Amino acid sequence: MERFDFVEVKVPAKAEYVGVVRLTMSGIANRMGFSYEDIEDLKVAVSEAITNAVNHAYHETEQGEITVGFGLYADRIEIMIADHGGSFNLIEVKNGIGPYKSNEPIETLREGGFGLFLIEALMDDVKINNSHGVIVLMTKYVSEKEVDVDDDQVSTTQ
Amino acid sequence: MNLTVNVVEENEKSILNVVGEIDAYTAPKLKETLLPLTRAEGKIIEVNLENVNYMDSTGLGVFISALKSTKESNSKLMLVNLQERVLRIFEITGLDEIMDIKAAIRGGNE
Repeated sequence: MERFDFVEVKVPAKAEYVGVVRLTMSGIANRMGFSYEDIEDLKVAVSEAITNAVNHAYHETEQGEITVGFGLYADRIEIMIADHGGSFNLIEVKNGIGPYKSNEPIETLREGGFGLFLIEALMDDVKINNSHGVIVLMTKYVSEKEVDVDDDQVSTTQ
Repeated sequence: MNLTVNVVEENEKSILNVVGEIDAYTAPKLKETLLPLTRAEGKIIEVNLENVNYMDSTGLGVFISALKSTKESNSKLMLVNLQERVLRIFEITGLDEIMDIKAAIRGGNE
């Protein structure tokens, strides 16, 4: 099986935590060697998914949790955002996800307006599962022009 | 992760200086300040986004309602000094076509 590191973050389904997850995203993406532009894309995509989950959770119950899982692979990051609050298994959830179909009941996601559209535009791959709450799985590949994954310094030469 | 908004009145023009990040948490604050300005008849509302380094679709939502509101009151909404990243969100969604946007000077240091 392909090796990966896994980071899980759980936050209350409240708008004030969108920025907290965004900061986490930024830190992980920076560690993985994503370019500045890609890190900004990832920050927007993650924030959009959390915002959707916050809106969705508010309709269901007064208080919910959002679970965010980051799968760090050598060549890509996989991010899962689940709004049912429960912990999840990366492999198990991936097996339950099919391609996104426009006839699926995703009104709750769409109410963010351009949120899902932006996620799809900014990520390399997006899958949505709404059989148990809503789970968004999105992938972005580390661009090949990035050289050193462990380099913390911003390179000034290209 | 915070947002500050202040308004400068200049004759027929209201200038809204926005500083920080626009997301689900801070967008309501922006909307609260911006929307009342757009209801005034025949005004120019200039939103200075020079110091906004992050914005997502929640920000787009606020500017869409503000644009609609200005149309009703014969006012004009202008977004100025957008950073590259913020402009990109408008471009991807195609909203740069319907918004009056003047981006920051391009080609400078990033």
